[in-house]
Amino acid sequence: MPRLGLRSLALAYLAAILAGPLALACYRALEHGVSPAWRALSAPDTIHAFELTLVVTAVAVPLNTVFGVICALAVVRRRFPGKGVLNAFIDLPLALSPVVVGLALFLLYGRGGWFGSWLSGHGVQVLFALPALVLATIFVSLPFVAREVVPVLREIGDEQEQAARTLGASGWQTFWRVTLPSIRWAVVYGVVLTTARSLGEYGAVAVVSGRLQGRTETATLRVQERYEGFDLPGAYAISIVLALLAVLVLLAMTLVRPREGGV
Amino acid sequence: MGERAGTAVSLGAVTTFLGLVVALPLAALGWRSASDGPHGFWTAVSSPGAVAALELTLGASLVVALINAVLGTVTAWVLVRDDFRGRALVDAIVDLPFALPTIVAGLTLLALYGPRSPIGVDVAYTRAAIVLALLFVTLPFVVRTVQPVLQELDPELEQVAWSLGASQAVTFRRVILPNILPGILSGVALAFAKAVGEFGSLVVITGNIPLRTEVASVYIFGRVESGSTTSAAAVAVVLLALSFVLLLSIGAVRRYASRHDRA
Amino acid sequence: MRVRTLALLVGLVSALLAAVASRAPAQTADVGLSLVAYSTPREAYAKLIPMFQKTPAGQGVSFTQSYGASGDQARAVAAGLKADVVALSLAPDMDTLVDAGIVDPRWKRQSSKGIVTDSVVVFVVRDGNPKRIKRWDDLLRPGVSVITPNPFTSGGARWNVMAAYGAWLKLGKTRAQAQENLLRLFRNVSVQDKSARDALNTFLSGKGDVLLTYENEAIAAQLANQPVQYVIPRQTILIENPIAVTKTSEHRDAANAFLRFLRTPAAQQVFADYGYRPVVASVLEANRRKFPARPGLFTIDQLGLGGWRKVQRDFFDPDKGVMATIERKVGGVSAG
Repeated sequence: MPRLGLRSLALAYLAAILAGPLALACYRALEHGVSPAWRALSAPDTIHAFELTLVVTAVAVPLNTVFGVICALAVVRRRFPGKGVLNAFIDLPLALSPVVVGLALFLLYGRGGWFGSWLSGHGVQVLFALPALVLATIFVSLPFVAREVVPVLREIGDEQEQAARTLGASGWQTFWRVTLPSIRWAVVYGVVLTTARSLGEYGAVAVVSGRLQGRTETATLRVQERYEGFDLPGAYAISIVLALLAVLVLLAMTLVRPREGGV
Repeated sequence: MGERAGTAVSLGAVTTFLGLVVALPLAALGWRSASDGPHGFWTAVSSPGAVAALELTLGASLVVALINAVLGTVTAWVLVRDDFRGRALVDAIVDLPFALPTIVAGLTLLALYGPRSPIGVDVAYTRAAIVLALLFVTLPFVVRTVQPVLQELDPELEQVAWSLGASQAVTFRRVILPNILPGILSGVALAFAKAVGEFGSLVVITGNIPLRTEVASVYIFGRVESGSTTSAAAVAVVLLALSFVLLLSIGAVRRYASRHDRA
Repeated sequence: MRVRTLALLVGLVSALLAAVASRAPAQTADVGLSLVAYSTPREAYAKLIPMFQKTPAGQGVSFTQSYGASGDQARAVAAGLKADVVALSLAPDMDTLVDAGIVDPRWKRQSSKGIVTDSVVVFVVRDGNPKRIKRWDDLLRPGVSVITPNPFTSGGARWNVMAAYGAWLKLGKTRAQAQENLLRLFRNVSVQDKSARDALNTFLSGKGDVLLTYENEAIAAQLANQPVQYVIPRQTILIENPIAVTKTSEHRDAANAFLRFLRTPAAQQVFADYGYRPVVASVLEANRRKFPARPGLFTIDQLGLGGWRKVQRDFFDPDKGVMATIERKVGGVSAG
């Protein structure tokens, strides 16, 4: 039966690529008992790191979500020249490796960079402070919401929206009452992806953070620090907590979205 | 709000955001890459190490994007249309590759599929390891871009096809696939871009042997570490340009597929 | 319903931001020093800083600390990361800061030539050393799998390369022969990790017969109960870790006092406890059992090597250096 075949294929793939590493990470976190994991998680620097990660996520995700929805609407519902270029452009940030993101941000906001002297002259700290962490995080998670919403917008077509407009609904009413409910799943998945990425981003954030202990060390930087200190259970424990946070966000979003009969 | 005004505002917002967050860093990068003049640029980009790294990265990323296209769609299908015990749990962990710091991804894959593999599969420090690590970090993409489309897909279309006597394969090819193809291609574009920019998990599992298993992100990192920022920027710019071309192509295929399908 | 949920989310986020904002460190009138260092001495400094704060010179001095890969840290400081004291893994990273105008070019004229700790390059081998790897020529034997980081991404790897090259010069080889040996060595290298710690991890996960690394890395692993055995070859290079006060520091006196403290016997003993060779002779002698002498020990300034600036140009220039040529040959590209 094709259904069983597909299911086995998908599950085997997920088991090999995803579940295996996850299970191993859980095992490694707890293989020496709960106390090494707990010690790493309850250290003040770790708690601060989690707080910082959550703050960065709380700023980056809404910004990216709003941008993503507006962008998707513009790309699908509007006509303008260069649409294909804009589309490809949105995906491009993903193709930059962390060292390149860091390099680019240094070239802009670092000492001797394009805005470096202006920023230091006005006492504004971008690099090695929260703004750089947020910028780097937004950069690496930019396309997710837009990419989730675009195919769905195309799929559902705009008949309902046009109907609403002819009935006298304003642009905002049309969006809130007609468009948004039909793209809710896409927005949910986009937000979940963006959140997960913000929680787990290491490379780009590491370069621009300055790694100031107790100040700009995010949770992923803490994982690296535990790894360097030969504290593998601690490193894995922090990672598992990040994974659990991502799952929590998924559950929360699944509950928040307006319920609908069936799927 | 008039149609034109709406377009202008949304485009304006999108462009400003993109400009600040994406275009500026890319411009700074491009500027830096040109500091040694066209001759310096060409020398940097045509060196054997750079060419090998670019080929390896682009090739592996394409392979991974295609594997994702197939297996990601299968997974999305199983998660939306199938029902089995634990489906919700499986659905919840699909995003986790994003939430885990890349070093954890690298280390767990190394433990499972490296020299001390519990299942006797040792692909570490080979090119296969590149594909393996990239499959892990790109896993959520196609799955999550196809899922919302499948969820919005009207089951009546399939029922009509069946009632007309079409087999499952034909129904899939003629009815379902054209509708989910834009979603698949969105995911493919994302997966490709992410694969091109991946660093943290690859650097742990591939061995980084120059000209053989050194991916572009590691090569660029090496250049930055050696103080050759300009040649690093040059290789990064070329990598981005080639990725951009591929993303444009995927976008073109996507547009062709959707246009072709509209009845 | 939706509006209420939205309001709830906004409320949660605001509460979060408020909680974090209220924890912001209070501004004190005390002196605040920023230490930016490479990653391995983190624990040593965690002990040394409180010790310093108990001395008269260290009273009321608070510290911000940052630890990361040496090259990354140097570049961050050059890009504006505020630092009063920079402690790096090798001199070329300090040169990055000299070139950026952050560190005085005369930093080497401090006591101990600007060096705060030493180490040596060692061979980490499998339990019982089954392949009997003791000398540099043993690394050239067919079938011996060598692990060393990538010389272009890791300072540690550069020490390894110069240790090997210098060792062969010490053994009487000519420059051409020593370079030929480097080529043969790198043909035996099966994995080139991006950093020394990653290379150690690769070795510990079962790959390779011998790992080239710093003595203090090996000792740190042993202190963390990792199964590490190492051999110190007769000829090896003295790894020298530089430290300096930045020109941009606003608290030069306190920073210099900290540096002076780090060179006191008590502080050097702490470094020794964490596996670093002290630069103060008396402390080194007191710890001789842990840090045996080697007849063939040399530094980067000896054997005609010419010091780091020359070595960086000759060996590690990414296009024209000796290592670049070797990597191309090993990768199967014909010379040129």
